[in-house]
Amino acid sequence: MDLSHIFNTKKFFSLAFCAVFFSLLSFSAFSEEHAAADSSKVSATEAHVEEADEDISEVILHHIADSHEWHFFGHVYIPLPVILWTDNGLKTFLSNKFGHNDHGTEILDLEGTKLVNYHGKYYYPSDVKSANGTYITYNADGELLNKKPLDISITKNVVSLLISVTILLIVFIGVANSYKKREGKAPKGMQSLLEPIILFVRDDIAKPQLGHKYRGFMPYLLTIFFFVWLNNLLGLVPFFPGGANVTGNIAVTMMLALCTFVLTTVNGNKNYWGHVFTPHVPWWLYPLMIPVEIVGLIVKPVALMIRLFANITAGHILILSLISLIFILKSVFVAGVAIPFVLFISVIELLVGFIQAFIFTILSALFIGMAVEEHAEH
Amino acid sequence: MIVGSIAGIGAGLAALGAGIGIGNIGGKAMEGMARQPEAASKIQTAMLIAAAFVEAVALFAVVVAFLGTR
Amino acid sequence: MILLALNPLVTPDPGLFIWSTVTFLILFFLLSKFAWKPIVKALDERERFIEDSLAKAEMAKAEMAKLISENEDLLKEARLKRDEILKEAKEIKDQIVNDAKEQAKTEGSKLIEKAKIEITNQKLAAMAEIKNQVSSLSIEIAEKVLRKQFEDQGKQEALVNDLLKEVKLN
Repeated sequence: MDLSHIFNTKKFFSLAFCAVFFSLLSFSAFSEEHAAADSSKVSATEAHVEEADEDISEVILHHIADSHEWHFFGHVYIPLPVILWTDNGLKTFLSNKFGHNDHGTEILDLEGTKLVNYHGKYYYPSDVKSANGTYITYNADGELLNKKPLDISITKNVVSLLISVTILLIVFIGVANSYKKREGKAPKGMQSLLEPIILFVRDDIAKPQLGHKYRGFMPYLLTIFFFVWLNNLLGLVPFFPGGANVTGNIAVTMMLALCTFVLTTVNGNKNYWGHVFTPHVPWWLYPLMIPVEIVGLIVKPVALMIRLFANITAGHILILSLISLIFILKSVFVAGVAIPFVLFISVIELLVGFIQAFIFTILSALFIGMAVEEHAEH
Repeated sequence: MIVGSIAGIGAGLAALGAGIGIGNIGGKAMEGMARQPEAASKIQTAMLIAAAFVEAVALFAVVVAFLGTR
Repeated sequence: MILLALNPLVTPDPGLFIWSTVTFLILFFLLSKFAWKPIVKALDERERFIEDSLAKAEMAKAEMAKLISENEDLLKEARLKRDEILKEAKEIKDQIVNDAKEQAKTEGSKLIEKAKIEITNQKLAAMAEIKNQVSSLSIEIAEKVLRKQFEDQGKQEALVNDLLKEVKLN
């Protein structure tokens, strides 16, 4: 694989420019949002400083977490539909139906089903109001005791997923059509942009890991590569079509890792299972080796899941933390240091977005390759 | 709060180990590429895979740190 | 899993899990059916085409090389033949010239011989003529001399006596 072409093409510079532009925008959106929050705290006493720090880490977590509305800036947002499977059946409503109280201090009455919104999640309220005015109770270990209905809402991440899926479908079906239309001719336009990447997936990911059996797994590897990559990139765009942190959400990476796990398990041949259940060790080691092998089977997709999630989340947290420095230190001059750093990290994140997509795909290919490999007996 | 700090120290230690590991991988890969420039692309792929494995360990630690901080 | 439930960040949200699974599977099936299949097929076909073309080009090149070497052989042969022909022609020319020279020489010498014979003949004839003339002249002169001498009778008788004397001696 040769990554050098990534660095010296015009495309890279245009991407870098976009990153610069987007991070500036994200900064402006972020600052506007916090100008209001901050102004209320200007008169705060010293005792509130720590609380403000807490607040910022909460804001960062809020930014990378899923949400029931798509927030743009200030008070501009799109409410998204909430779909709950409660004890009384399916309930649907728009997330702004009950205002924006997410502190759990207000009971929402949904045709007889009582709910409470606490930090953007819907819970069944406790019977009595707790000391801090919420209907949420914690036990002594700090665990939340309230039960939750099954939340299958169209959240921000789901909308972002749908957007990315639409983009992928339009782009790739368009490219496929131009392949049909321009059969036997040189690629053109979008086709020539994507063809090297498709060839890269085929020649540098699928073929080395899967050998001659690569053909059957090409659709999966291509889908997963472009899905992860596009979502990584969309996550770096701080405004509407992006900014949802889809691949930095553990449910999505879990789903992707599970797909790879299912594929390896389904395609595992005799060699693979033989390696798991009858490893080449003396028989009396079996009670030790078999559990280890089984744990190995499970750890591989779990590592896959956590790697992507943690990489993307860490990148987002890093960018948001650098911007938050301005608000933590309460000086606009910090921006002179923080913003170049944010630009730098954003450009690095563009690279990380690609590398993580590549790593996810190549490791999936590697695991599948291990499952379908027909190797000679050692 | 204290739990979070200890988890943070643990994550820092894991990052140290992963840093050494990735540094080693990168250094040796450079060496290999300098010695055999024609195998550069293969070395790069293998390097990225190995780095991803090492990095995963550090990321596990980061996740544990997340678990600690509430 | 108990540990995972601690932080909302690392707790997989079941709703999002369901939605992402559904969308991803739909994406996967749609893309593999309508995008990857034709794309991969087209790429494979193009590659095969390029490979074929390269092989054909290689073959054409080999053919060309063969033709060129054949041509060279032919040329070489032709050159050799030309040289041979030229050499032959030269030989023939030399021979002709030599023959001509030879013939000219013999002819010349023959002519010279003839001329010489003619000259000798002419010379002999001229000599004979001169001899005849001289003899006739000398006879005339002798006649005239004799007539002058024998105009007196005595002298004639003396001479006859002398002659008779000589005969007797013999």
